[in-house]
Amino acid sequence: MKVMEGLLYSEDHEWVKVEGKVATIGISDFAQHQLGDIVFVELPEVADEIAKGEVFGVIESVKAASDSYLPVGGKVVEVNSALEDEPELINQDAYENWIVKIEMEDEGDLSGLMSPEAYEEFCSKEE
Amino acid sequence: MRNYDKVIYEVSKKGRRAYRLPESDVEMKPVESLIPEAFLRKEEAPLPEVSEVDVIRHYTNLSNKNYGVDTGFYPLGSCTMKYNPKINEDVAAMPGLSQLHPYQPEKTIQGSLEIMYELQKALAEIGGMDETTLQPAAGAHGELTGILIIKAYHQLKGDFHRNKIITPDSSHGTNPATVATAGYELVEIPSNADGSVNLEALKEAIDENLAGLMLTNPSTLGLFETQIGEIAKLIHENGGLLYYDGANMNAIMGKSRPGDMGFDVMHYNLHKTFSTPHGGGGPGSGAVAVKQHLAKFLPKPVVVKTGEGYGFDYDRPESIGKIKGFYGNYGILLRAYTYIKTMGRDGLKYASETAVLNANYMMHQLKEDYKLPMNQVCKHEFVLDGLKMDELSGIRTLDVAKRLLDYGYHPPTVYFPLIVHEAIMIEPTETESRETLDEFIAAMKAIAREAKEDPELLKNAPYNTPVRRVNEVLAAKQLVLKYKDSL
Repeated sequence: MKVMEGLLYSEDHEWVKVEGKVATIGISDFAQHQLGDIVFVELPEVADEIAKGEVFGVIESVKAASDSYLPVGGKVVEVNSALEDEPELINQDAYENWIVKIEMEDEGDLSGLMSPEAYEEFCSKEE
Repeated sequence: MRNYDKVIYEVSKKGRRAYRLPESDVEMKPVESLIPEAFLRKEEAPLPEVSEVDVIRHYTNLSNKNYGVDTGFYPLGSCTMKYNPKINEDVAAMPGLSQLHPYQPEKTIQGSLEIMYELQKALAEIGGMDETTLQPAAGAHGELTGILIIKAYHQLKGDFHRNKIITPDSSHGTNPATVATAGYELVEIPSNADGSVNLEALKEAIDENLAGLMLTNPSTLGLFETQIGEIAKLIHENGGLLYYDGANMNAIMGKSRPGDMGFDVMHYNLHKTFSTPHGGGGPGSGAVAVKQHLAKFLPKPVVVKTGEGYGFDYDRPESIGKIKGFYGNYGILLRAYTYIKTMGRDGLKYASETAVLNANYMMHQLKEDYKLPMNQVCKHEFVLDGLKMDELSGIRTLDVAKRLLDYGYHPPTVYFPLIVHEAIMIEPTETESRETLDEFIAAMKAIAREAKEDPELLKNAPYNTPVRRVNEVLAAKQLVLKYKDSL
């Protein structure tokens, strides 16, 4: 399992990369491994306003369909539409292939997220 | 002929027939004089043209590729694939029961009505409930019936604001689907690691909008939910009702009753617990039983005892209405009734005891080679978490399941419940002998050895099946919905 430095992590296994007010969000390598082969990613619309903890998309694998919960609230500024045709990109590299970019409403949302070290420990307990 | 893979159209030869009808002695009329032109086909329907022997060989060959409880061990967790005694079939085929018309006058079908009445009563008794409907056609249909009854209960009281149903995240997928279908808002709460209800999360989820809670006991991990008394109290104190998903009823017959645990309404899967045909289309039956305070909401008609015998009671003004045509899957009801009567009270109890014993025996044998997340006494089924191996080996539960096919078994349920990541859910049922269990255990252990010695063998399994490893990703992404473009 790979945990990337320089990112923040949620308990729902999303990673967050912060650049100014924009948060880039994807799922962790641990998450893609648990899901297995991903066959479909449902993305939100650009300009959607989504609150922290709300569902922003659905990831469907050969094992299950799982809702994805937004770790930070705000407005969708960009979606990775390459995933619509090639959802397996997430399996290939979960950190390279982000899902959405959010313009954060409240940067305080970030305070509940984990450091790479804390996330690694969190995952080892999930095993 | 194991590799026979034709569709019936490929066997077709123009003009070939099984039977040719003799010349009719009634005057023939042209079809145009009988049916308006707008409804007449312009071209002949492309039906297969085959002889009788072609049809028989075609379907016999296809059926021989099938796997069922009559062929071998079928430990599909949560599905209770027990053997279906053939006496059930004998009874259901009796002309006096099978050759009835649903609109026959009640006085001419007293025997059938009595059977349905007795089955309603038996199911109520087994579940600790008061009244039963036999209408629902399957488990999920029973769930919907039950939740609509809960809705009717709240609405009659004027509690229209109660719009939330709670389910644990380990519940069967049909539970949240039922909640949504019934027009309720779903509140999903996390389970504890052992699959039990997280009481703190439950308390947090309860508010004035609570309509009810859906739960199985034993839980999806095959463990008895010991907090059920406290859970029931919490839900009832807050004005909600408890729904029991009867999927795991095979663990507790004659031992404990959902009604006594505090549940208000439940469904049975007659096709699981009560040995009616299962898989391949059934049909199923999801009878629903309720406590007295919900009886008036049951779908109508309910079979009742009248002064002169038995009859259908349609006079139920608070009923949620009909949930299925006529009276449910009647042929299946006959089989379940036969099962209950042939087993008797002690027999049903013994069935549950043996189901639990078989599961515990297998669990203890397999925990040497497979991860067992909850090492405690299980009920009728148990969940393993993949092989006891370094994850880097890349051998996953899917590979184990595929390899089991080569050993001639239907694999257990895999990747459910979702809270166990590499789940292998095994439910042996009570109808399997010690020898059958030992053979399966030996196969599972052999696969564990193979995983260490020759992992590639597992990665490419199965080898001995008509269809080899299926590309599930491709199948999910590129739907092919017809066999060929034109035939």
